[in-house]
Amino acid sequence: MATELGPTPVKAPASGGTPVHHAPKGVGEDNKILSQGRWASWLLAPTIIALAVVIVYPIISAIVMSFQKDAGLDPATGLFTAGGSAGLQNYVNWIAQQCAAPAGGTVACPPGTLGGQFWSATATTFIFTVITVTLETVMGFWMAMIMARTFKGRSLVRAAVLVPWAIPTAVTAQLWLFIFDFQGIANKIFNASILWTGSEWPARWAVIIADTWKTTPFMALLILAGLQIIPAEVYEAAKVDGASAWQRFRMITLPLVKPALMVAILFRTLDALRMFDLPYILTGGANNTTTLSILVINQVRQGFNAAAALSTITFFIIFLVAFIFVRFLGANVVEQSGASAKGKK
Amino acid sequence: MTAATTELRAQQDRGRKAAQNREKWAQARTYISALVILIWCLAPAYWMVVVAFREVGFTYDTSFFPTHVTLDNFITAFDTSFGNRFGQALLNSVFIGVVVTAVSLLIGVFAAYALARLNFKFKFLVLGFILGASMFPGVALITPLFQLFTNIGWMGTYQALIIPNISFVLPLTVYTMTSFFREMPWELEESARVDGCTQGQAFRKVIMPLAAPAIFTTAILAFISSWNEFLIASQLSSDATQPVTVAIANFAGAQPQQIPYTAIMAAGTIVTIPLVIVVLVFQRKIVAGLTAGAVK
Repeated sequence: MATELGPTPVKAPASGGTPVHHAPKGVGEDNKILSQGRWASWLLAPTIIALAVVIVYPIISAIVMSFQKDAGLDPATGLFTAGGSAGLQNYVNWIAQQCAAPAGGTVACPPGTLGGQFWSATATTFIFTVITVTLETVMGFWMAMIMARTFKGRSLVRAAVLVPWAIPTAVTAQLWLFIFDFQGIANKIFNASILWTGSEWPARWAVIIADTWKTTPFMALLILAGLQIIPAEVYEAAKVDGASAWQRFRMITLPLVKPALMVAILFRTLDALRMFDLPYILTGGANNTTTLSILVINQVRQGFNAAAALSTITFFIIFLVAFIFVRFLGANVVEQSGASAKGKK
Repeated sequence: MTAATTELRAQQDRGRKAAQNREKWAQARTYISALVILIWCLAPAYWMVVVAFREVGFTYDTSFFPTHVTLDNFITAFDTSFGNRFGQALLNSVFIGVVVTAVSLLIGVFAAYALARLNFKFKFLVLGFILGASMFPGVALITPLFQLFTNIGWMGTYQALIIPNISFVLPLTVYTMTSFFREMPWELEESARVDGCTQGQAFRKVIMPLAAPAIFTTAILAFISSWNEFLIASQLSSDATQPVTVAIANFAGAQPQQIPYTAIMAAGTIVTIPLVIVVLVFQRKIVAGLTAGAVK
């Protein structure tokens, strides 16, 4: 606790003779940390055990399953096979878009089958992610900037942005399905006659618009929280020094809000990569709106093990994106949230 | 001399006026932007409510204001003759939500206390693990759970819906509560001890009242995320146990090829209104909970 005041670096001669720059801990403090550690493990045990049961166990069994053959009729012999080890075959089948051939071996999956949709589903997932996260970041930033100003009715606006967030996604999907109906209000307002769910890009835009509507508020609130920790004096000082509004935004707002912004973008990106509810209900995955999550769900009833391989690939993709964010783009989530009570001020 | 003074004064006047004008213009722009945000956020929700109160025959009436107002859609929403079980689904959602929230809070509160208050090795690892768990894709769980629950005969049972839900809600609970606990003035506990309270009294009289709002807010967030869950429920629930999200997604009408929009909007309104009211009443707390951890 004494370290809170910022310890004066004590040069303690270590065994190698090199000075170390941290205060040596007393024996008492060591004991304290040890006993706190014991306490902590008791307190954390229920959560860790629960998460191990509901998350770690399913992941491991999914990975095990993904290396197994699906039970079914062997197309070569016409006999029922009970499965057995498949090696990497399930993964290869998805990535190379190969299906089991009647004559044995594999052939390119015929169009329309699930096996032939891996790359289009991946592309769709990334298209949705990039467009929605970009739109949500830009609009969210704008909304946050407005909400950070003082004006009459500000609390009304802050309350209103919570409404789309509070509506369940399943309801949101049905609502936008109705809005985008051929005879619906969207066509009426824009005086258009678009069959929104009838072809590729209109269907995609329907999903993108609905998602943007639903999740921009979340983004705006996260960014607003980041904006509010910037002290007003910094802006005052910049104003006195003659910085223009654009300069103030670029030199003060952006760098200071960046940590919060990166975390918000990371959260949204990972969320968008697993998008399921909206396209599943809104378009049913038709017209190239099938995301990876939808493809997994469609596969589950046709073969667990192939589905497990696909879900493992999906998990890996999401993990990879998170890794890139944390490693290269400086979205330091744990540190952002984990700055200990000690580290404060 | 006087001419110069007048000139100067006039210049100052002009400058002040320009500044005032700029100020006014900036204010006006703020209000216009605020209005745009309001319309963007509220118009679709408003439309849902308007259609919920509109007669079926005028489903595609596009007048912005309530017309052909009726309560029939709310009766249709609860009607079970087309295979919809909306009433049952509401009860299911409440039940699942309450159990998931209670379990997550009960387990998570200890973890949050440890993460916020104690110093121990591997703290960042544990935090990272819990954060990673909250970002976990639901589809990665569904395949093994589908097989497991089929094998042990749990398909369509409540526990088959509650257990996976805990995997989403528990990390969120721990994460939110940790941030709240970190903000609490724990020194008060020690002050109370110094003033002669026992540890139990200090906890009951000082810490509990301070922690209660944090726990309550976390409970609301936990309940909402369980209430909104769709993916797992759409695969693992049966007609008897399905939550509202699944019931609304699969809502059937009299004619199979015609979507009963007005009834669906009525059902959506019923599902949404209590949530919106709770969220608006506890607005400040909810926002604090949502953004907890992302900043600070």
